Formats: sequence, C-alpha cells, structure tokens
Amino acid sequence: MKKFLKATVAAVAFAAAGSAAQAADLKACFVYVGPVGDFGWTYQHDQGRLAVEEHFGDRVETAYLESVAEGPDAERAIERFAREGCGIIFTTSFGYMNPTIKVAKKFPDVKFEHATGYKTADNVATYNSKFHQGRYIIGQIAAKQSKTGTAGYIASFPIPEVVSGINAFMLGAQSVNPDFKVKVVWVNTWFDPGKEADAAKALIDQGADVISQHTDSTAPLQVAQERGVHGFGQASDMINFAKDAQYTAIIDDWAPYYIHRVEEVLNGTWESHSSWEGLAEGHVVMAPYTNLPEDVVAMAEATEQKIIDGWEPFTGPIIKRDGTVVAEEGVRLDDGAILGMNWYVQGIDDELEQ
Amino acid sequence: MFEAILLTVITAATPLLIAAIGELVVERSGVLNLGVEGMMIMGAVVGFAVANQTGSGALGVVGAILAGMAMSALFGFLVLFLVANQVATGLALTILGIGLSGMIGEAFIGVPGLKIPELYIPVLSDIPFIGPVFFQQDALVYLSFALVGLVAYGLFRTRMGLVLRAVGDNHGSAHALGFSVIKVRFLAVLFGGACAGLAGAYMSLAYTPQWVENMTAGRGWIALALVVFASWLPFRVIIGAYLFGAVGVLNLHAQAIELDIPSQFLSSLPYLATIVVLVLISANRRLTLVNTPACLGKPFVPDR
Repeated sequence: MKKFLKATVAAVAFAAAGSAAQAADLKACFVYVGPVGDFGWTYQHDQGRLAVEEHFGDRVETAYLESVAEGPDAERAIERFAREGCGIIFTTSFGYMNPTIKVAKKFPDVKFEHATGYKTADNVATYNSKFHQGRYIIGQIAAKQSKTGTAGYIASFPIPEVVSGINAFMLGAQSVNPDFKVKVVWVNTWFDPGKEADAAKALIDQGADVISQHTDSTAPLQVAQERGVHGFGQASDMINFAKDAQYTAIIDDWAPYYIHRVEEVLNGTWESHSSWEGLAEGHVVMAPYTNLPEDVVAMAEATEQKIIDGWEPFTGPIIKRDGTVVAEEGVRLDDGAILGMNWYVQGIDDELEQ
Repeated sequence: MFEAILLTVITAATPLLIAAIGELVVERSGVLNLGVEGMMIMGAVVGFAVANQTGSGALGVVGAILAGMAMSALFGFLVLFLVANQVATGLALTILGIGLSGMIGEAFIGVPGLKIPELYIPVLSDIPFIGPVFFQQDALVYLSFALVGLVAYGLFRTRMGLVLRAVGDNHGSAHALGFSVIKVRFLAVLFGGACAGLAGAYMSLAYTPQWVENMTAGRGWIALALVVFASWLPFRVIIGAYLFGAVGVLNLHAQAIELDIPSQFLSSLPYLATIVVLVLISANRRLTLVNTPACLGKPFVPDR
C-alpha cells in the first residue's frame, strides 16, 4: 500500500510538473491516416502543422498521431488527444467523421476540425479543398497531350471526393476532346506503393498514356517515367520522382487554413463552419507546368486563372452516364451536389458501386 | 497483353516469394517469427539508404540483407537464449521495425531512388514471349527462384536439412542425439532475416524505387500466410506467391478492361483463397501432420 501511495504521489507530482512546463496557450493536435513520410496526403497535413508551429512559436504547442486506422482505433486516438488537453483537434481523413462527432459530444469545450467530411456540430467544423478544380485542369492537359486518347485513373475508394475528381477530370478532358476516354481502376487503398505501381502498369498496358491518380504515393509517376508516358503529382509536387513524366501536380496547401483556425481559437472567435476553398484562396496550388508545349501551358494557365476568378468546373451542361441532365447550359452545380457526388458524367466507362 | 500481365505478376510476386521462403526455413526449424514485416521494412530502408549513399544497388542489397539479419539476430537472442515468448517477440519486432525504419528513413523521403537494372540473358532473352518474361528480369527475380531451389534441395537432400527438420520436429530427440538445437535455430532465424531483408530491398530498389514509410504495406504478413498456404513445402511457396501476385494484378487489369466485377471482391480474392486452402489443409489431418513442424513455436530449454 505504501509503495502504491508513493507511486501515486510521484505520478501526480510528475503530472503537475508536466503541466507547469506547458507554457503554451493552446495545444493543437492532428490525427493522420498515413505516416508523415508518405510524401502525399499526410505529409502535406504535417507541413501545415509545422507551419502552425513556426507561425505561433511558443504560444502554440502541437502534437500528432500518425497511421491511425479509420474506425474504432481512430475514436481512441481522438479521445486521447481530447483528454490530454488539446484545445483544437484536426482529424484529417474522411473515415474519421463518425468517431470525431462521437468524441466531440463528450468534450464540448474542445474544438474539432474534420477534413473532407460532411457532419458538423457546435464544436465540430469541417474543412476541405476544391481539388476538383485542379483535376479539371489536368483533365484538359491529359486530353491535349494523350496520343491514344485514353487516360488511366488510379482511384482509391468510391467516396464523393474521389468521384467528383474523376468527373472533373473527364469534364476537363471533354472540353478539349469530346471523345476522350478515361479508364478507372480502383485499388481500394490510399497508400500501397506496390499496388499503385501495378495499377499504373495495368493501365499503361491497356493503352493509357497519361496517368492520373487519387492515391498518395509517388509510385504511379515512377512507373510513368520508366515506361515513357506521363502523369500528374498528387498532393505534393512529385517532380523529383518523375522529371520527364510529371506535367504538373495538384498540391494541397493546408497551412493557411490551419494558421487561420488556430488564430481564431486563440482569439476566442472560433465557430463551427464548413470550409471549402480552392485555387483562389491558395488551398489548392498547381505545381509548375513542365514537359508541356507552350500552347498547352498557356491553356492550363488560362483555365487556372478563370477558376481563380470565380468560374466553377461543374458548370452545365452536365449529363450523367444514364443521360439525365444534372445541370443545364451555364447552370452551376451547387456545393452540396458536388460534395455528395455519387454518379459519373457521360463518357466514363466504369460502374460505380453504390 | 498476356506478356505484360505476366511481367507485372513477377514483380508483385517476387518480394512475397523471397520473404516466404526465408520464413519457411525458420518455421521448419521450429521457430515462429512473426516479425517478417518488421525485418522487411528495415531491409527496405537500409537498402535504399545504402544504395543512395554509395550509388550502388548491389551494396544496397547487401546492406538490406545485413539489416534483416541484425533484426532477426535480436529476435533470435530474445526467443532462443532468453526463451522469450515467440509470438509476442515477433509482433514486437514488427512494431520496432516499422518505427525504426520511419526514423532512419526520414532523410530519404522525397528522394528519388536507384533501380536495380534488368539483366538481359544473351540469346535466351531474344526468344519471343519467353525471352521478355523469363530472361529480362532483374537479378533478384532469378535469385528468388534459385533460393527456392536451394532451400528445397538443402531441406530434403542434405544432412544439414535433415538436422534442421529434426530440430523442428522434435527438439528433445535432436538434443539427445547431440545436435545443438539453439545453434541450428539461430542460424535458421538469421537466414529468415536475410531473406526478409532481401525482400525489403526488392521493394525499395526494384518494385517501387523509393523510400516511403510503411511501403511494404503488409506484404510481410502475406508472406507468413504463404508459408502455411504452402504447408511448409518450398515449391508450393512459388505457387502461393504467384497466385497472390496474379490475383492482385488481374484485379487491376479486369478493371482496366472494364469487366463488371466489384473491385472490392477482387481485392479480397487472395485472402479468400488462403482461407480455402487452410480449410482444405486442415481437413486432411495426415497431410498436415506430415509437413507441420511439430515443435513450431515451442520454446526449448536444454536440460543439460
């Protein structure tokens, strides 16, 4: 018993010392789905975290948990952060949506920010970026550059974000070549370099000469480089892996958003919202256009500017695969329709599992 | 088309084959090392790092093998000399490997890698179809087949193999006959580590020449399953590894040619196949008893 008491006292003293050392005004915590070294999705979120540290210095302390599986594990990880005294917790994957909402109910004083989801609460905000804007541009580039008229698209999971990306890519391609073909391969993983490489090989073997990916590793681009075809970087600028193969990359830049939201918590002005910004606000950035003829670069830059000036790639006419007209000529699809997209536009030969 | 598919299958199957054949030898000696994934990922990072620093793929491969062996030596020391629980130690080895590799590899994230060149075997590689598939691979693919042949020969045609199997089947008797159970097992564990390291090198130097954390993505676990799938027989490991590789790759091709099969179903096929094989194996009790190392996973403490 004595021993136990001693241990308890020591533990309490230690905890007190720990909190005394915590001079920071706020602890900002991040839950990642992949390793910080994936050089893709999670890497970019971690760059955002580092930007927060740099911006606020000693005022804000940060912490992260990496490779947290979506599902019950995520709930434990998020709850741990909430108990540890995190003031704001960023959960950075779609699959963390329900766990985030659940934990948020138990900790009303903690602010939660869930990336790419659609459920909010008083203390849960969602944030996402309009990646599809970038995908429209790369679709145009693909259609201009492809000799076979076929692009390969390595997709992860059939969730709205991925589906709207495929559609935006196709709409961009069709604006250049109405007969353009996109072959979609689902790998059912966000991150498995070997499988992504195999998917790229399969697509190239089936006649695709431009590869687009919605998975996180650099492997598909490396295959493109090796086989002498082209592709686009995902999340990060991957030019180092494919000097001759990368046309451009859609870069996720989370830093401005993270800094802004942490600032708001510090000021006491934080409120739940659904943030969804794109190229105009710098949340989505196009990497330098490389390995492209001048006229294609000019076209891509013009489209980029048009989007920054307020044009939306999902502007009619938009026709579903089954022929239903979703948006008439000139009509802009509303945000809800894009964020919940579960149908393909005409021209995509793939069945979407519902 | 068929040729292209086959080429992709070979690269997908080779790391599984190399890691599994190593684990097969370990298990034949009566030790269950669940740390394949950890040794493999360490092989991947060290192989990449050495190749990157020296500019030599061959040195990278050697480094990877040594890294795998170092990890397995740690495992061997714990379970053989200190008689730690094999399952727990193996799991810990995997966790250690994943964490340690992430730390070592931090400097190499975003650095393009070096690819081991393909070896074109003269004359033979010019034969249509057969040439590109069988004689234009990188050295590690040839090595993987050589390894299987060597292991099969070593296990069943040499005295050394006989001793190893005796140790795995009945360590008490082997000890009574004067064989050093611990020494034999330690060497087998080292061999398994070397193979896992080599498989890791194949990932980071040939399959996808780059380093990213967790890049083995569970292949070590599949290799473990393959050993059971092969019911501890070397040539069946080839069948298993290529079946796994083929199903994975065919899934992607089936989608690219727009076959209407749910991709989730195709992705789960290799695992379904494993379950079916395990059911078939366990249904035939005699066959199971013949090939399963009887002392698998059992600790051995010499009674002097």
